[in-house]
Amino acid sequence: MSRRFVVGLTTIITLGAVWYLVMMPLGLVSPGRFPSPDDVWFSFRQVAFTGYANGLLYQHALQSLRLVVFGFFVAAGTGVPLGLLMGWSRRAEALINPVFLLIRPIPPLAWIPLAILWLGIGDAAKVMVIWFAAFVPSVINSFTGVRTIEPYVIEAARMLGTPRYRFVAEVLIPAAAPLIFTGLRLSLQASWTTLVAAELVGALYGLGRVLNVAQQDIYPGMIFIGMACVAIFGWAMTRLLAEVEARALPWIQMARAS
Amino acid sequence: MIVDLSRPLTRIEAAAYGTVGVLLFLGIWSLLSLSGAAPREFLPTPYQVATRFGQLLSTQFAGATLPQHLVSSIMRFAYGFLLGAAVGIPLGLLMGWFRVLDEIVSPVFDAFRFIAPIAWVPFAALWFGTGIGGPILIIFAGAFPPCLINSYRGARFVSRPLIEAAQMLGTRNLHIILEVLLPASTASIVAGLRVSAGLGWQSLIGAELIVASTGVGFMMVQAQLNIATATVMSAMVAVGIVGFLIDAGLRWIEAAVRRRGFA
Repeated sequence: MSRRFVVGLTTIITLGAVWYLVMMPLGLVSPGRFPSPDDVWFSFRQVAFTGYANGLLYQHALQSLRLVVFGFFVAAGTGVPLGLLMGWSRRAEALINPVFLLIRPIPPLAWIPLAILWLGIGDAAKVMVIWFAAFVPSVINSFTGVRTIEPYVIEAARMLGTPRYRFVAEVLIPAAAPLIFTGLRLSLQASWTTLVAAELVGALYGLGRVLNVAQQDIYPGMIFIGMACVAIFGWAMTRLLAEVEARALPWIQMARAS
Repeated sequence: MIVDLSRPLTRIEAAAYGTVGVLLFLGIWSLLSLSGAAPREFLPTPYQVATRFGQLLSTQFAGATLPQHLVSSIMRFAYGFLLGAAVGIPLGLLMGWFRVLDEIVSPVFDAFRFIAPIAWVPFAALWFGTGIGGPILIIFAGAFPPCLINSYRGARFVSRPLIEAAQMLGTRNLHIILEVLLPASTASIVAGLRVSAGLGWQSLIGAELIVASTGVGFMMVQAQLNIATATVMSAMVAVGIVGFLIDAGLRWIEAAVRRRGFA
């Protein structure tokens, strides 16, 4: 065991002990403000087995995950090709970039009211908001990925008379892939944050909905569970994508941490 | 022509394409609205949005004019952002220098980092009600992590010889941090501040959508409830402009830092 691991573990255990002591025997913080470990455990059992905010924990989690995966794929499926196109053709860049620059400063969360106006509080509104959140990083990074390809690579391919489709499949995409993945990682994180926000503002199911109902019920234990789920799923998705990246791009030294 | 990377467009060509692009965007938008393909109350024309924006500069909506809402949002942002920077940057530098601190804080920080800033809203409401503390907590949750990560990385990647030279000369810890680590990691810190500002601003808007009684986010929610689409869009434009200006200011600082050769 490394020193780092031991110190880290000790810290976590100490924090847990302090949490327990402050809440239970000492009672320094009112349980109406922050949950005790017991409250959290009770809330977890309640949401996992009897249900809370119209559903069981796994149903809320599945709902959120389904939407985030769908929204992410729609956004990446449109953003990456558009970014590649803008990187490929300076005309496309000149045509699209100004519009893109106009829309880009509007933060994704600011689209939520408009999405609710247009599409209500159902799944379609969530997908729209996720699309706005995840689209931008996909486009920018794919675009930069193409533009930072070494010119001699392109010239070599051109000199060898590579047909267009093979150029795209064998030169353009592999060379831009590391940055495309950077964009996808940012997109995925943005999707998750935005979805949670959209569910907090208005939804019928989902982890954000759990948080929202817990807030209205003034139920600290459930708020804690909701936050923990948001963090755990956010972390798990980032790890999963890093794993996919490592498999897809074995030639890249994975120097960057997730 | 496989890729026309070789020939950049001339300025005139780029401007022409750009104009066509923007006109197309506005044209399609207007057409959708004017033709009735999308109901007018849900998709006002660009002209209507511009007029509404002008009106909101002086008429009140949801208790204040647009500039007044913006000012209260910007004040909250400033507090939360400065707090995030004031805690994140020193802590990052200290973690970069003292290994024990790094080992203690890192696991806790990693656990907190993955909580989306907006997920703090329920606790913010519980602890602070609709007071100013709630929004500040949420902005802090958005702005703090990039500050810490970037100053930490900046401090860790300072070249060893520089530090060893300072140590050889008997420089004390505090002076090494202030006079070696801080200048050497300024570029990284400023880059972190830009990310922080973007996340903080966006988290604030999200927070105001849920709990607030002033601010642009609150105004957007009220407009949404009244089906005042032009007002929602005006507020979005305003949020975009402020976000852009904040980023432009920090970019300017970034360039200034680079010119002075700290990097």
